[in-house]
Amino acid sequence: MTASTDVILLRGGRVIDPVNGVDGVCDLLLADGRIKAVAPSGTIADLPAETKVYELAGKLVCPGFIDMHVHLREPGEEYKETIETGSRAAAAGGFTAVACMPNTKPVNDNLAVTSLILAKAALAGLARVYPVGAISKTSQGESLAEFGEMRQAGVVAVTDDGLPVNNSQLMRRALEYAGSHGLLVISHAEEMALSRNGVMNDGALATRLGLRGIPGAAEEIMVYRDLALAGYTKRPIHIAHVSTRESVSLIRRAKEKGIRVTAETAPHYFTLTEEAVDNYNTRAKMNPPLRTADDVAAICAGLHDGTLDAIATDHAPHSELEKEVEFDLAANGIIGLETAVPLALALVRQGKIDIGRLVELMSVNPAHILGVVGGSLAEGGVADVTVIDPEKKFVFKEEDIHSKSKNSPFLGSQLQGKAVLTIMGGRVTYGDGI
Amino acid sequence: MPGEYHFTHKHVLGLADFSVADINLVLQTAESFKEISTRSIKKVPTLRGKTVINLFFEPSTRTRLSFEVAAKRMSADTFNISSSSSSTTKGETLIDTARNLTAMKPDCIIIRHSRSGSARLLADNIDASVINAGDGTHEHPSQGLLDLMTVKEAKGKIAGLKIAIIGDIAHSRVAHSNIIGFSKMGAQVVVGGPATLIPPGIEEMGATVSRNVIDAVDGADVVMALRIQQERQQDPLFPSLREYAGFYGVSPKVVDAAAPDAIIMHPGPINRGVELDPRVADGSRSVILEQVTNGVAVRMALIYLIMGGN
Repeated sequence: MTASTDVILLRGGRVIDPVNGVDGVCDLLLADGRIKAVAPSGTIADLPAETKVYELAGKLVCPGFIDMHVHLREPGEEYKETIETGSRAAAAGGFTAVACMPNTKPVNDNLAVTSLILAKAALAGLARVYPVGAISKTSQGESLAEFGEMRQAGVVAVTDDGLPVNNSQLMRRALEYAGSHGLLVISHAEEMALSRNGVMNDGALATRLGLRGIPGAAEEIMVYRDLALAGYTKRPIHIAHVSTRESVSLIRRAKEKGIRVTAETAPHYFTLTEEAVDNYNTRAKMNPPLRTADDVAAICAGLHDGTLDAIATDHAPHSELEKEVEFDLAANGIIGLETAVPLALALVRQGKIDIGRLVELMSVNPAHILGVVGGSLAEGGVADVTVIDPEKKFVFKEEDIHSKSKNSPFLGSQLQGKAVLTIMGGRVTYGDGI
Repeated sequence: MPGEYHFTHKHVLGLADFSVADINLVLQTAESFKEISTRSIKKVPTLRGKTVINLFFEPSTRTRLSFEVAAKRMSADTFNISSSSSSTTKGETLIDTARNLTAMKPDCIIIRHSRSGSARLLADNIDASVINAGDGTHEHPSQGLLDLMTVKEAKGKIAGLKIAIIGDIAHSRVAHSNIIGFSKMGAQVVVGGPATLIPPGIEEMGATVSRNVIDAVDGADVVMALRIQQERQQDPLFPSLREYAGFYGVSPKVVDAAAPDAIIMHPGPINRGVELDPRVADGSRSVILEQVTNGVAVRMALIYLIMGGN
């Protein structure tokens, strides 16, 4: 990423920077890709003549949002998304950085794929892209991928996301070996014997629709196994896409016991229930599946009390080819980068979390968990900033989507709150009417 | 019901979409059509010039034949497309198939498919009427209706009867349509079978659950056995067909627990000696062949009604 010589003044917005204990109207001066000054509004003097000034009264000025779980589909499925279109969707959704999962074609289990992703991301220049490598070669769950070389090439974590690591011994060794290379292990928690052929949450609705259910236990069993392995190896583990009440409570207890666990959930798991798949709506088909209102309540509580550390979208682009088919045959996943901010802000409006907590969940904690820059607006830090208009209402329409794919259950929904200005490394990567 | 009743369905996707009045009309219509099959010339010109396509993605002899006979007895032109000859094996999607069929201007498509919701997917993408002849483990509405007709004929009523459905409730679209249909019409539906074959939330469809077959059939007016699909054995649902037959098969002893004049039903094809004892299947209380006869009448009624006859 090239350093920019632009000088930008963000004036009069409400700056929310939990790491530095800031929540108030301030001005932010950005130059040379760094945060030059944070000061009470109107007090920054001697601005260079070329300073670009943004008047942000009524807007929220936050450290750049980091989505630690996306699928960018490149290499291999460029018809669904590319690193460039995915980066553009990230910027439009208010994200300055994303961590991309390794289930590309070929799988990112080696330095060549990692290097390709980083090169394409630099070329696009719209978001910091952190590749996540595979735990096992081709994610087949049989032998470890080359963590050391991938780490040198730039991966920040390892996971076989999309698939669980069925072999507990391999998962144990992955945790141990990842420690030798300073890598975080991310768990896709799914007991396949229970989930196989399942396409939605198990229960009365699945019965009525004649669809095979996936019980919550399929997730919880693996969450527990990976917590046990993390405790045993004394290594950190991150649990991806938590969807059930019992998973939240297992993670809560593990944290109380001192196990080094962090966890994320996705906006759909705190917004939608299984009812969204009624009438065989493939746009709401995902894995883990949408659960019940009771699970949604537990997810919200987990976000509030610190059990869940991050909101990550699990942005999973698929074309109509994968979605306009029989429900059983439809691909899992929805795009999420461009709806995460309004869906998370809805939690703030409902009083389930406060805005400072939202910034922790979407910026501070992902930065800490992945060990990457950002998450803070301290002077001298990277100039990654997300500016949100919390009042802006819009209908989420297909033609407004920046992602190459349009598979979202929120199409046509009225949403409130939107990123209106995204700045990455001191450069504007997205601006909407600002 | 206030106002004048009209049958307004363009498609028949499931009995969940049907009101009591809809079901009554189908049954009345079927009863009046049944006589046609007893004539020496079993054909009426009602649907002359109409095109009915049987689009079967799953092997089926009985249901496909039943629909074909029904359409032909009303003089519709019928065409059969089976999975072996359909384009899906060439990578064509169901929606592509639907659009291609639409271009040929059929009036009615009858679809059987292994995936739940496929009938609705077809209906959403085609101009013609669609009749669901079984979609995955979702519904099989014409079977539910012919079962309702058969019970009504044998018992003179449906409301107030106790219907025991025994066996693989979890994977049976027939069970689903019957639970919905019979409970809608005021019967009490009890399902029985091993817990592995009773799906979660079946009570919300209108059934009560009994784990014990004798309890399930106790005093029942109708005992319906469901087919055990042997290919399901890879999922460990029960230890053996032998044990299944012993504990969940409908035997003379099980029938003895039912009402003295109870009738025995089965959607076919029967695994003799597994879910149904041959002595029961061929006994005097069995109405299994009457179900087949009524199947033609009900399917004539459905094709007729969705094509605007009323």
